[in-house]
Amino acid sequence: MSRTLYDKLVDAHKVCDLPDGDMLIYVDFHIMNEYTSPQAFSGLDQKGLNVWRPEAHLAVIDHVNATRQRDPHDDASKLLIENLEANCSKHGIAFYGLGDQRQGIEHVVVPEQGLVVPGMLIACGDSHTTTYGAYGALGFGIGTSEVEHVLATQTLRYKRLKTMQVVVDGDLGPGVTAKDIIMKVVQVVGAGGANGYAVEFAGSAIKTQGMAGRMTICNMAVELGARAALMDADDAAYRMAAGRAHSDLLHFDTEEWSADPGAKYDKVFHIDAAQIAPLISWGTSPDQSVPIDGTVPVVTRDMTPKARAALDRALTYMGLVAGQSVQDIPIDSAFIGSCTNSRIEDLRAAASVLKGRKVAEGVNAIVVPGSTFTRMQAEAEGLDQVFREAGFDWRPESGCSMCLAMNDDIAMDGERLASSTNRNFEGRQGRGARTHLMSPAMVAAAAISGHLADVRTFRTEEG
Amino acid sequence: MPKTIKGHAAPLPLANVDTDVIMPKRFLITITREGLADGTFADLRFDDAGAPRPDFILNQTPWNKATILIVGDNFGCGSSREHAVWGMAQLGFTAAIGTGFAGIFYDNARKNGLALPIVTPEVRDQLMTLAADPDGGEFCINIETRTITASNITVPFQIDGATQNALIRGGDDTLDTLEYAETIRAFEAGLTDKMRVRVIK
Ligand code: SF4
Repeated sequence: MSRTLYDKLVDAHKVCDLPDGDMLIYVDFHIMNEYTSPQAFSGLDQKGLNVWRPEAHLAVIDHVNATRQRDPHDDASKLLIENLEANCSKHGIAFYGLGDQRQGIEHVVVPEQGLVVPGMLIACGDSHTTTYGAYGALGFGIGTSEVEHVLATQTLRYKRLKTMQVVVDGDLGPGVTAKDIIMKVVQVVGAGGANGYAVEFAGSAIKTQGMAGRMTICNMAVELGARAALMDADDAAYRMAAGRAHSDLLHFDTEEWSADPGAKYDKVFHIDAAQIAPLISWGTSPDQSVPIDGTVPVVTRDMTPKARAALDRALTYMGLVAGQSVQDIPIDSAFIGSCTNSRIEDLRAAASVLKGRKVAEGVNAIVVPGSTFTRMQAEAEGLDQVFREAGFDWRPESGCSMCLAMNDDIAMDGERLASSTNRNFEGRQGRGARTHLMSPAMVAAAAISGHLADVRTFRTEEG
Repeated sequence: MPKTIKGHAAPLPLANVDTDVIMPKRFLITITREGLADGTFADLRFDDAGAPRPDFILNQTPWNKATILIVGDNFGCGSSREHAVWGMAQLGFTAAIGTGFAGIFYDNARKNGLALPIVTPEVRDQLMTLAADPDGGEFCINIETRTITASNITVPFQIDGATQNALIRGGDDTLDTLEYAETIRAFEAGLTDKMRVRVIK
């Protein structure tokens, strides 16, 4: 029988069926951060339990740490950071803390350190764990109670998901990136359209993406509600997994980590890559996006009262007028960072737009490389100079920073941001903050222009 | 034991209510599970000065005593923070009824005994209307029979067997799973050396 890649991965990790209909699955590797793990460790303590296999876990500091300087910016974040370090040292768990060259946003660190190879099952107390699907590995986010469960048993209780295939075929136009592909997919399938599903991406426009682009796509698949996102592991995935700190230690190649030809999916979507334009989000849900040369949506006659109310609410929060051209929207700030778009490839793409140009007067522009290692690599390539000369604030420390504003990088009420992140929720980057999601190159274009701008016109000017 | 959840319901018709809205990040800087009631829906409940917003449904009588929410599509989307569920439980909620929930939120709810009955869009709209009626009376969710009774109607809802069982039985998944320790060890014995992750410290 033809199997989907998802089914192969679940089958390979199934420990046993449970009487109530769940199964136990084996977690090869588990990642923790400082804000969703403390209560899991205290749960272990209360129950008098040990960590089942300490060497299969990694803890990273990324969510609350400051990025202007290494020292914690307040006592509360200091407590979270010290708490994780203490829990790890007590239980013998690897800890990549501040000052460690391997530190950074967990989903940037893990591939960089060679800790993901095709065929693995990875869990993490963070929803963007879907990122690892780019390697043909099954990664998914879990809550704190499940973090405790993995620590104590190396397994999770699991229910098989339904499967969805998203096929993106054709050639991308100039200036269109992996970020635009996934924003298009979110727009088509809808936020929550993949709740209860594992999504497998296929098609020529996916296969021609490099690993960074594939990670961007799998990363943001959680904005569809997908609990898992997968791509066939091809040579590029194996090559990328090789030659990194852990890669010689790991090998899961017991079968082909790709979907069988003729595998059946519960739902299938087809998207024509040629029809995708560079997108920006205009609203407060990641599926509310329009092409950069488009306009803010207007109420139409076929809209239900509920849809109208939702549109009104989003427009009010975002301070936008229905029908206005999106390129006229002025920005206050530009942010390049996050597990979606802060890899070296993303920094290069933004730098190529910034080179020889200046950030518009009054725009506060920040770039936070995804990991310490990425930052050092970028500095070795001279990218930091390009950003600095353009007027960007190049941060010396790595972390999530203004992606979720849990450190001291908090946007102000009403502040409008061009952002390379993944969520434009109300209040995400600060209470009342207005986020427009887009690719890193588009953030750079907006920073230079002082308003949302079409990166394709920049390319032309460059000649 | 038939497990039923009774209480007053409040309508929260917004779609895509994400975990940042349920529990804003400034309340996440904590190493305990406690003290999250005030943070729950904080930006909807309170204004910048910390005063209750009179136009928000949970600040109005009789909905201020609601323990059940009728919610819009895709409730609980966004981050994995279990703090969202802890906070809802601490604020006194025992159930949220909707058409579909984000996966991690759904699993987190199960671990904490917060029931999430799934109904059709039509039924949800019907329940939303009943909940919006100040004299609507109590809702009763019967986990065993998978039905919701409100006013004079009784409607079915969906729940998977394992979650239903967990809600009725209570218990602790971690301790229960450790009963399978031998089976887990047997599975591990079948892994090759290179399939056992050892993170370099
Ligand atoms: S960068 Fe943003 S989305 Fe990614 S893990 Fe950090 S907070 Fe979450």
